[in-house]
Amino acid sequence: MNITATLIAQMIAFVLLIWFVNKVLWGPMSAMLAERQKRIADGLAAAEKGKHDLELAEKRAKEELQTAKAKAAEIMAQAEKRANAIVDEARVNARAEGERQLAAAQAEIERETNRAKEQLRGQVASVAMAGAARILKREIDAKSHGEVLNDVIAQI
Amino acid sequence: MGDRVLSEAAHNSGGGGTVEYIQHHLTNLCVGDCDPVTHQASGFWALHLDTIFFGYLIAALIVFVGWRVGSSLNPDKPSGFQNFVEMILDFVSTQVKDTFPGHNPLIAPLALTIFLWVFLMNFMDLIPVDLLPMLASGLGIPYLKVVPTTDLNTTLAMSLTVFALVVFYSLKVKGPVGYLKMFLFHPFGKFFIPVNIVMTTIEELAKPLSLALRLFGNLFAGELVFLLIALIGGTLTVGAAALFWFPLQVVLDLGWLIFHLLVITLQAFIFMVLTIVYLGMAHTEEH
Repeated sequence: MNITATLIAQMIAFVLLIWFVNKVLWGPMSAMLAERQKRIADGLAAAEKGKHDLELAEKRAKEELQTAKAKAAEIMAQAEKRANAIVDEARVNARAEGERQLAAAQAEIERETNRAKEQLRGQVASVAMAGAARILKREIDAKSHGEVLNDVIAQI
Repeated sequence: MGDRVLSEAAHNSGGGGTVEYIQHHLTNLCVGDCDPVTHQASGFWALHLDTIFFGYLIAALIVFVGWRVGSSLNPDKPSGFQNFVEMILDFVSTQVKDTFPGHNPLIAPLALTIFLWVFLMNFMDLIPVDLLPMLASGLGIPYLKVVPTTDLNTTLAMSLTVFALVVFYSLKVKGPVGYLKMFLFHPFGKFFIPVNIVMTTIEELAKPLSLALRLFGNLFAGELVFLLIALIGGTLTVGAAALFWFPLQVVLDLGWLIFHLLVITLQAFIFMVLTIVYLGMAHTEEH
C-alpha cells in the first residue's frame, strides 16, 4: 500500500474532473435553476399584481356603480321635478286658456245680448210706432215726431 | 463468488489458499517501480494502472453524463434523469449553503465533484468481488483491484488537493500574516507560541490525513469483508456442506451489500461535507 505516482495521476484526474463538472454540469444547471427560480418568482409577482389589479378594478367598479346609481337617482328626481313643473305649467296654461275662452264667451254673449237688445229696441220702436199709428189712425210722421220717437227708444 | 480463483489457489498451496486469495485481491496492477515477487510498488515511481483506469473511467462517465444532462436542460419540463441530477445538485447546494460562510463559486462544484466521484468509485465495491478480476485474468491481466478508493493514492490525491485549496484560501482570505498568526497564537494564546505551532501544525495536517484515511479505511475494510464472505462458500463447497454454506454466503453477502450501500453513500457525503467545512474554516477571518 505504498504511495506512488498514482497519487499524481489521481490528483490530475480530480482537478480535471472538478473543472469539467463545473463547466458542463454545474454551470449550465445552476444557471438554469436560477432562471427557473426567477421565472417562478416573476410568475408569483405577476399573479400577486393581477390579484391586486383585480381588487382595484372591483373597487373601482363598485365606485362607478355607486356613482351611476346616484346619478340615476338624481336624474330621476330631476325628471320628476320637471314632470311636475310641466304638469303645473300645463295646469296653469289650461286654466288661463279656460279663463280666456270663458272671457271670450262672456264677451260674445254680452255682444250678442247687446246686439239683440239693439235689434229688439229697434223692433220695439217700430212696433210701438205701428201700435201708436193704429191707435191714432194715422201715420206718424217719423220726421215730425222723431224727437218723441228717439225719446221713447232711449227709454226702452 | 471466488470459487474458481480460490479453488485454484487452494490446489496450489493447500492451507495458504485463503491468505493468497485475499492477498491477490488486494494487489494492484503495478507498473514501473514494482517488486517482481510481491507485485507491490517498491518506490514512488510506480503506477497502479487499475486504480487509474477505474478512476478515470468513472470521471469520464461523470463528465459524459453531466455533459448530456447539462446540454439538454429544460427548465419547464425536466425529464426524469434531469430531475434526479437536479435533486443531487440541490442537495449539494443546500449543504454548501448551510456550512459554508460567504461565497466562493468553486466550492459547490468541488463538493458535487467529490460526492459524485467518491460515491461512484465506492460503488465499484458493490460489484461482486471476483467478477471483474476474473474477466481481467481471462484477458491476461494478473491483478485487478476494482475499487479506486481502496487505494490510498486516490483518497490522498483528493484530500491533498483539498488541503492545497485550504492553504491557498487561508493565505488569500487571512493573508500570509493572518495565516502565520493562526499558527503562532491559535489554541493557547501568545504565551505558548512553541506549543501553538506544534498543535496547529498537527491540526492542519490531520485534516487531509483524516479525510484520506477515513475513506480509505472504510472502503478497504468493506472490501475485505466482501472477500471474507466470498470465502465462506469457497472453502467449503464440497458435497452436502455446500447446501448449508452457499445460502449463508448469499444471505451474508446481501446483508453486507445493503449495509455497505449505506456506508459508501455516507463516506462520500462525509468527504464532501468535511471538505466544505475545512474550506469554510479557511474562509473565516477569526479562528
